[in-house]
Amino acid sequence: MFSNLSDRINNTIRKVRGRGRLTAQELDGVLREIKLSLLEADVHYKVTKSFVNKIREKAIGKEIEKSLSPGEVISSIVYEEMVHILGEKNEALNFSGNPPFVIMVVGLQGSGKTTTTAKLARFLRTKGRNPILVSCDPYRPAAKQQLSIMAKRVNAAVFENDGSSAVDTAKACLKFAKQAGKDVIILDTAGRLHIEEDLMQELEEIKKITSPKEILFVADAMMGQEAVNIALEFNKRLNLSGVIFTKIDGDARGGAVLSIKSVTGSPIKFIGTGEKVEDIELFHPDRVASRILGMGDMLTLVEKVKQAETKDTDIIKKLKTRQFTLDDFLEQIRKVKKMGSLAGTLKLIPGLSKIRLGNMEEMDKETKSIEAVILSMTKEERKNFRIINASRKRRIAKGSGTRVPDVNRLLKQFNELSHMMKGLNKRKAMQMMQNLGSYPKMF
Amino acid sequence: MTFFKKLTESLGKTRKQFTEEVHKLGGEEEKIDEEYIERIEELMIEADFGINVTEKMVEGLSKNKDIKTTKDAELFLREKTYSILKTVEKPLALREKPFVIMMVGTNGGGKTTTIAKLSSLFTERGKTVLLGACDTFRAAAIQQLEEWAKRVNIPVIRQKEGSDPSAVAYDAVSSANARNIDVIILDTAGRMHTKKNLMEEMKKMKRVVKKVIPSAPQEILLTLDATTGQNAISQAKEFNKALGITGIVLTKMDGTSKGGIIVAIASELHIPVKYIGIGQELEDIKGFDARQFTDALFAI
Repeated sequence: MFSNLSDRINNTIRKVRGRGRLTAQELDGVLREIKLSLLEADVHYKVTKSFVNKIREKAIGKEIEKSLSPGEVISSIVYEEMVHILGEKNEALNFSGNPPFVIMVVGLQGSGKTTTTAKLARFLRTKGRNPILVSCDPYRPAAKQQLSIMAKRVNAAVFENDGSSAVDTAKACLKFAKQAGKDVIILDTAGRLHIEEDLMQELEEIKKITSPKEILFVADAMMGQEAVNIALEFNKRLNLSGVIFTKIDGDARGGAVLSIKSVTGSPIKFIGTGEKVEDIELFHPDRVASRILGMGDMLTLVEKVKQAETKDTDIIKKLKTRQFTLDDFLEQIRKVKKMGSLAGTLKLIPGLSKIRLGNMEEMDKETKSIEAVILSMTKEERKNFRIINASRKRRIAKGSGTRVPDVNRLLKQFNELSHMMKGLNKRKAMQMMQNLGSYPKMF
Repeated sequence: MTFFKKLTESLGKTRKQFTEEVHKLGGEEEKIDEEYIERIEELMIEADFGINVTEKMVEGLSKNKDIKTTKDAELFLREKTYSILKTVEKPLALREKPFVIMMVGTNGGGKTTTIAKLSSLFTERGKTVLLGACDTFRAAAIQQLEEWAKRVNIPVIRQKEGSDPSAVAYDAVSSANARNIDVIILDTAGRMHTKKNLMEEMKKMKRVVKKVIPSAPQEILLTLDATTGQNAISQAKEFNKALGITGIVLTKMDGTSKGGIIVAIASELHIPVKYIGIGQELEDIKGFDARQFTDALFAI
């Protein structure tokens, strides 16, 4: 997500980056470009207007016309302002007082409430909580079955109360959870339009009965201009405690994400980044702003590395001191794989987000076959690939389920790579990454 | 409630903005000025027309010397919108038997509900319909489709969760062939258009269907959530590139979103719009009518 918005804003800023001074007229041009890129990204037009006005005010306040590096000044102002409208810092879920804590999940049809409910349950379990899930959706066919199946996948308990109304189900679950010693109850409510009076009343009633600590609005990141009105209405009726954006893994420019906090005041707490139950992340405004401005997100990357229990992050240093072997190569590939997809990870590295990375999904697939090829080599071969002759190649190909040309290609590329690694500096590394785009079969 | 009333009502907010607010700007016969043009621009952006269409239309408006009053302007925008939408008004005709419809789209766009509505529509016209539960990925997707099929009283071909969707498609089409069924609708798993592997999976389904009936699937319909913003263009582009979309079903038009995105898609991609969905009930679907849509959008 955000990549298109990111590209456009960065191009605008880059145009004035190398420049000395900026005239008032040129500043207007930059601001208009920023305005258009925000509107194109579905940022609400009122938010866009006030955003651009703030940037103008600050730019004039910082005497940008006298600045010798106007590009940097604008870039830092845009970053600050973006962090501001995204909400400054991550706000954690509220678990104050006595359990069981009720979390109510609400939103429009098809926004991803049920999937999010399961993801939340999994997230909370990793934090040592013991949640129970309940579907308060007697309307949509098979909604309850969906939640039950998802709950099983994340090893969470589920409360079932067939044939009851949403309100009665919530009430019964509350009673049950207290007896069963569950500390968190997640209520998955039915999708509804914010203008359906009876259904909105139903939510108010559930709120009254269960006194939830959290009422989370699940919002599709691909929503257009209407997003803010919808969120405002849900907020007016329920006083939302937070927002979760879903379907961030598409190519939406995420205007709704940029609009919703400043309009409703409800903080964005999580983002859903994929279809798997572990695809949920805490939302960090500063990091997201960095990503949008192509500055990368080193913090998230560092966390991912930590999660993968990888201590050795400084591969380049290590490689400078000794020979780079196929074993090292394999190790690196595995580390990257542990951190998640190559595509997702590389984007977090400053500078790399701007580079066209070619078809990353294909690259992820390629890493699998590289792994197979290297694993089919003997230890000696991995240490010194030069001993691999034609007959060894045939054996390796057979063992890895690939063909000899695949083995050849890997060896050739590994050879190039190890040469490059020896004299690796930042510029060359960048070049290498750039080449990946034009040479999708590289790895 | 008649369909037109429902549509007009669901587009009520847009109507208010496009006419009442525009009128408020200076009365019906006021001269247009810069402030007016800017407000028009905002209204169009707010209706998800998108920046390209908006700029093009507003430019046309500013350049046209014959447009002097706000009333002229409103008429100009309405006719412009209509002329764009008219080009994509191509109703769906069940021109062959068996007629295979493949329903595709991103997650949560309303594929399954739309399939139920279409089944009910075709059954009422005396056609026999069979569904293929090719969403073998999402939890309880098969049960959801079966539940709807029960309400419409039509058969579903299914396998167990996690099985190959192409295999289900093959079974469904073969079985419909053998049973002399008129219409086959294949439900597919929702997928983000940026996921290459999942897009490939759909291409395979299409190929497999062709093996049974070379001219099928006669229609590949993309559900687009009317709440979606400019990303809808990207969705339409990618699904079209992968499969060759024959039509769009614009869902969730009963919300307050204006659906202006459909104008952007029509002007940029020229993909026909077949139906619009306007509610939760089986009968809440109607063929796309450019005049009706424009009139409801701008109100008469």
